[in-house]
Amino acid sequence: MAKKKFIVGSFTDEAVLFPAVKKVRRAGYKLHDVFTPFPIHGLDKEMGLRDTSLHTAGFIYGITGTSTAVGFITWALTIDWAINFGGKPYFALPAWIPVTFELTVLFAAVGMVLTFCWLCQLAPFVKKDHFNPRSTDDTFVMALECTNATNEAEAQQFLQSIGATDVKVEVKETGWWLGSYANDKMRFEKN
Amino acid sequence: MAIRSTFTVPKRFQTISLALMAFGLLSIIGLWVTSGSSDDPKEQARFWASLLQNSVFFLLVVNASMFFICITTLAWGGWQMAFRRVPEAISAVVPVIGVICGAILLAIVFGDNHTIYHWTDAEHVQHDPILSHKKGFLNKPFFAIATIITIAGWSLLGYKMRQLSRKLDNEPLATLEDRKKYIFNNTVWAALFIVLFSLTVMSSIPWLWLMSIDAHWYSTMYSWYTFASTFVSGIALITLFVVFLKNNDYLEYVNNEHLHDLGKFMFAFSVFWTYLWFSQFMLIWYANIPEETIYFQPRAHGIYKGIFWLMFIINFIAPLLILMTRDAKRNYGTVALMAVLIIFGHWLDFYQMVFPAVSPNKVPNIIYDLGIALGFVGLIMFATAKALTKAPLLARNHPFVKESLIHHT
Repeated sequence: MAKKKFIVGSFTDEAVLFPAVKKVRRAGYKLHDVFTPFPIHGLDKEMGLRDTSLHTAGFIYGITGTSTAVGFITWALTIDWAINFGGKPYFALPAWIPVTFELTVLFAAVGMVLTFCWLCQLAPFVKKDHFNPRSTDDTFVMALECTNATNEAEAQQFLQSIGATDVKVEVKETGWWLGSYANDKMRFEKN
Repeated sequence: MAIRSTFTVPKRFQTISLALMAFGLLSIIGLWVTSGSSDDPKEQARFWASLLQNSVFFLLVVNASMFFICITTLAWGGWQMAFRRVPEAISAVVPVIGVICGAILLAIVFGDNHTIYHWTDAEHVQHDPILSHKKGFLNKPFFAIATIITIAGWSLLGYKMRQLSRKLDNEPLATLEDRKKYIFNNTVWAALFIVLFSLTVMSSIPWLWLMSIDAHWYSTMYSWYTFASTFVSGIALITLFVVFLKNNDYLEYVNNEHLHDLGKFMFAFSVFWTYLWFSQFMLIWYANIPEETIYFQPRAHGIYKGIFWLMFIINFIAPLLILMTRDAKRNYGTVALMAVLIIFGHWLDFYQMVFPAVSPNKVPNIIYDLGIALGFVGLIMFATAKALTKAPLLARNHPFVKESLIHHT
């Protein structure tokens, strides 16, 4: 497998991290990712990530659930095995709404969880490499990807100058466990 | 840009609101001439039913603003602080419409015409086992006392909540202890309002004012359904005023994030309304008991079918599809358009609650009712704008105000 070089810096303060992200992007470095112990409002915008398309997927799953429910019940109760329930018409739509609703929610929920796992490349027994285990505790970790144009020493110095501690160069095998972001052009091209 | 902290009513706004009020008054006179002054009690009832529907609807809608303030206060929410003066101003209209609505209701109950509330006809009730059974609840003195206490209670507790908010404008809270005490004080008064609100709007008042038009029929879902209707319209009204003030360079601190949350409220409570509406419908449809289905017969299948389904499309399908995306909820134009549509839709909802029982054989000419509705809209515009001028637009000394300024969804 091909190898990639990353320059990894740690931050202890959110207030330092935000301007640092801005400076890194303005200086033209290729920001691989930022790992934080908790979700931070506005960081995605600062990093130039595009909006997630998870909700579009959710809408499609929901519609699928709706049509599955309506389609199946209609087929079962009007075509395949029509039964007269208390004199109601065979096509008794109001009675089916609760089930349709449940199936819509079920499809949307399960589908979105699975899509989320796929987008984040999460699965049982898969170890995600996030450079510094302390990013699950109290440290904000920023990783820059080295390209042909990157001068490593200069980049390390730059990270230190914007407030990072514990700056080092790490070499990782590229693979999907690094996240599928490597193909995502937009977030590096802005600014 | 300098902060424009106090609102001055634009000339054009003033003119429009006065014109709408005049138009509403003309509609009332027109309806009086064509229906109200007639000798036929059914025709007279059509006049009063229109006044009843409009005044009750708009009273509950403006009162929903105070409910919004109180629930956010109880939940210790801070995000609404940037525009909190808007629902405060809207809720200041409650006493005005309350007096109008109370007068109309009492006039209908104590009048000689029993077409709208036929439980007021003592002789009829004697021979009607169902109505004589309900006499403990459906009787004139109880109706009058409950109506007066309710409207006075909403007005007084709303006044108290507004005073608590305005008191801070001149005397900021110095210490942390003071702020804690202030929040606690606010919470207590908000809780009192919620208790009154749940005893009235969420339970007894829609039964008395609206459901007793079909006095034989009953539904325990009715009040919740009415509440959902008025709450989503109330949020839509708040949104409209926020958008209006934003367009006139007020409310600098309100941004897309706040609008997004208002849009979420409109979206969520449209779905909530549908949930209650459908729950009420489905159980009756499923059980298929004649004394229950009689309510939906004229509405879903009879001559009110068009209004019934139009209202369903406006109140559920349109908000569901249009307000679903994040971008739509952050777009001032879309949100304002949907707010207008939602208020109109729920007005139609009230229309089909009131009229099928009053005028079962023909759908009344809705133009008059729309005219009267516009009159109430003008009144709300006029009175709210007047209330807005009385206090700074930002409650700057409230302990939670910073939370709203940095709000992020």
